[in-house]
Amino acid sequence: MTQEKKPKKTIAPKKNPMPSQDPVQRARNFDEVTLGYSEEAVVAEAKRCLQCKNAPCRRGCPVEVDIPAFIALVAKRDFAGAIKKLKEKNALPAVCGRVCPQESQCEKYCTLGKKHEPVAIGRIERFCADWELANGVLPQEVEPPTGKKVAVVGSGPSGLTCAADLAKLGHKVNVFEALHVPGGVLMYGIPEFRLPKKVVQAEISNLKNLGVDIEVNAVVGKFAVVDELLNGGGYDAMFIGTGAGLPYFMNIPGENACGVYSANEFLTRTNLMKAYRFPEADTPIRVGRKVAVLGGGNVAMDAARTALRLGAEESWIVYRRSKNELPARHEEVDHAEEEGVKFAFLTSPTRIIYNDDYWVTAMECLQYELGEPDDSGRRRPVPIPGSEFVMDVDTVVVAIGQGPNPLVPRTTKNLACNKRGNIVADTETGATSKPGVYAGGDVVTGAATVILAMGAGRTAAKSIHAYLNGKN
Amino acid sequence: MYRVVKKEVLAPTLNLFEIEAPLVARKAMAGQFIILRVDEEGERIPLTIADYDRGKGTITCVFQEVGKTTKELGALSEGDYLQDFVGPLGMPSHVENFGRVVCVGGGVGVAPVFPIARALKETGNEVIGIMGARTKDLLFWEEKMGSACNELHVITDDGSYMRKGFVTDVLREVIEEKKDIGLCVAIGPLPMMRAVCDLTREYGLKTVVSLNSIMVDGTGMCGCCRVSIGGETKFACVDGPEFDGHQVDFAEMARRAVIYKPLEQQALSRFVEKQEHSCVCGCGGGEK
Ligand SMILES: Cc1cc2nc3c(=O)[nH]c(=O)nc-3n(C[C@H](O)[C@H](O)[C@H](O)COP(=O)(O)OP(=O)(O)OC[C@H]3O[C@@H](n4cnc5c(N)ncnc54)[C@H](O)[C@@H]3O)c2cc1C
Ligand SMILES: Cc1cc2nc3c(=O)[nH]c(=O)nc-3n(C[C@H](O)[C@H](O)[C@H](O)COP(=O)(O)OP(=O)(O)OC[C@H]3O[C@@H](n4cnc5c(N)ncnc54)[C@H](O)[C@@H]3O)c2cc1C
Ligand code: SF4
Ligand code: FES
Repeated sequence: MTQEKKPKKTIAPKKNPMPSQDPVQRARNFDEVTLGYSEEAVVAEAKRCLQCKNAPCRRGCPVEVDIPAFIALVAKRDFAGAIKKLKEKNALPAVCGRVCPQESQCEKYCTLGKKHEPVAIGRIERFCADWELANGVLPQEVEPPTGKKVAVVGSGPSGLTCAADLAKLGHKVNVFEALHVPGGVLMYGIPEFRLPKKVVQAEISNLKNLGVDIEVNAVVGKFAVVDELLNGGGYDAMFIGTGAGLPYFMNIPGENACGVYSANEFLTRTNLMKAYRFPEADTPIRVGRKVAVLGGGNVAMDAARTALRLGAEESWIVYRRSKNELPARHEEVDHAEEEGVKFAFLTSPTRIIYNDDYWVTAMECLQYELGEPDDSGRRRPVPIPGSEFVMDVDTVVVAIGQGPNPLVPRTTKNLACNKRGNIVADTETGATSKPGVYAGGDVVTGAATVILAMGAGRTAAKSIHAYLNGKN
Repeated sequence: MYRVVKKEVLAPTLNLFEIEAPLVARKAMAGQFIILRVDEEGERIPLTIADYDRGKGTITCVFQEVGKTTKELGALSEGDYLQDFVGPLGMPSHVENFGRVVCVGGGVGVAPVFPIARALKETGNEVIGIMGARTKDLLFWEEKMGSACNELHVITDDGSYMRKGFVTDVLREVIEEKKDIGLCVAIGPLPMMRAVCDLTREYGLKTVVSLNSIMVDGTGMCGCCRVSIGGETKFACVDGPEFDGHQVDFAEMARRAVIYKPLEQQALSRFVEKQEHSCVCGCGGGEK
């Protein structure tokens, strides 16, 4: 793409602001927090882009979206062209525009970011995707049928991307999903106020238009094991994208008391089962007066913000390191703070205290300080002896991470896993130890990001295509 | 969608449903369960597989109407459809030739005990069955249980049918009388399973129980179903639902089972009100 040299333009130092709901109001409703750019704002933002020849932003994008190209089209108000460009590389732009950690990816490398704020690449992406959803989705081209069948296990971002790419190449794809709706974490984990479920389902219906069949209520390892699907099930290859759905607990006394939730349970009840609409929706949830969320990642922020919306008077993030080490996206931390989530840094619980009825009444914690850097390069939290104190809480949400669900690995012959239970797959190809079986996303990497899962799904799709061609 | 191919009212609030779900039926084993949702707004509720027919592709469940969802389910008729039906979930019962075994079913627990007794008998065990209910009207499947056992004892709390008393009364006699019992399987209300375990512990008789903890996904994803087994936390939906009864922390189970009681009652009274509002105004409020 050659661009004429323009006369030197003055550049606004800051991103065009993202309109959002008022923090006080939104902390009590489940509507989306950010409202999206107007057409004027998106064009103005797109015009901030320098159209760098070397496009450093692209290197920060795990799926290598041609960022300057799509932004140039937006600047020219060619939104249809822009979304087409985006979709060449990214199957779920409406999702990624909302939840990708741009500040540590594309925007981190943006030339503009050296002196000013980087281009708001994520916000522009979201605008394009929403524009398409509002204006009718353009049909995508599908190659003639190849007669090959591929099974995809799990319908999170990795499985959905793999399925879309294979379907476009003309293969018949069946997706098996354990839950009653497809989408994985996008449906059960990430809250409505950050990622509206209708956006996710719209992206999924695009997939169905490509001819992908999605079978819900289908737990692989239970209704059929991987080997049965491959031998006799009529599938020529398989992709496993079952995610990291197994919640970790702290293993401290009192953790089974009533009022202690895993973040997965807390968020699944709310998002997937719509407990915030109880009793119109049947699934209940109980949020107390004062909620403590253990952990500092996106999952913890989501749980703490959800607690406020469910009516908690106080919602605390209890994290054993300091603010600088919070692994959550900056935007989510800012949003949480604005909404009134409180933070107890350098704090970790030692036991959960409950009453005679087994309900949580308090949590005993220990104060920490930061010591020498550990393997991750972050300073290691060290407990301060004798610093025990009691936090008065009645609900505890444990959000300290998730591991891979062992269901598929345990029931599949010759599928190599590492000692943490993750499936071992080649990063270049997604190939596992089992011929014809590929894997990617959180089940391979451990809990990571939507875009990395999508990237892995795409890589595996390429390899599966090559494998199927070789099989002829 | 999953069709209810047969409905049988076993007692006023006790129903049997046979549901078309070929993929589940193909793999179902004694001891496993399914999770269903009645409609789009529905809660996911677990029910044990009481029987299966691989040829017809159906699963049989027996359930007691205890709250909103089970009442709503009970209001369905043959030919109606369920929104969601997933399974078979959980680990199958461990079946081998133990020699002589006792299978105890209390209340609705008779249904899940039946396929286990049958499998044990087919494996060559001598199966002694004990089934109990509060009262005669709540007894079901006596004949079916009879066919799965070499010997069957029936007892009611109020003595309205056969012997009067609790299943543990019979169990004690059976243990005293026939010494070499290899295994006891007990399924029923929590207090009953607890009483059975207290009894069999005295005799050192290994006892398997099936735990009905509250569940959401049933695939090991939420941890809502966690139970303490010998001091270790397990997820009933994937590690169970059957566990060594002598290791189960029943007190914890009992307290976790009532976590949502106030909300469940709210949902139930709202549902009952809606049903009683049997439509004169044509709004359809009574029909669901
Ligand atoms: C609360 C929360 C907030 C997050 N926020 C962000 C964010 O802001 N930005 C970001 O980039 N990332 C975020 N993440 C991480 C991101 O969502 C995940 O990295 C990503 O979803 C992983 O995708 P996946 O395809 O590997 O698996 P998942 O999304 O986990 O999907 C796996 C699917 O497989 C299904 N499955 C599992 N086992 C079986 C089986 N045996 N048979 C059939 N189906 C099965 C599951 O039900 C699930 O639907 C967040 C995660 C959580 C939990
Ligand atoms: C593995 C397993 C197998 C089961 N098998 C049977 C069976 O074969 N027949 C039968 O009648 N019942 C069975 N149950 C119990 C059945 O799931 C509950 O009775 C049902 O969920 C109650 O729903 P409700 O809305 O009607 O009642 P509610 O008013 O919501 O609840 C009544 C009681 O049921 C329990 N319960 C509520 N929600 C759930 C839930 N989501 N999961 C589990 N328990 C819950 C609680 O202890 C509660 O106090 C089983 C439960 C489990 C976990
Ligand atoms: S690095 Fe920034 S300014 Fe340069 S092309 Fe990418 S988005 Fe535009
Ligand atoms: S029901 Fe969710 S982990 Fe068992």
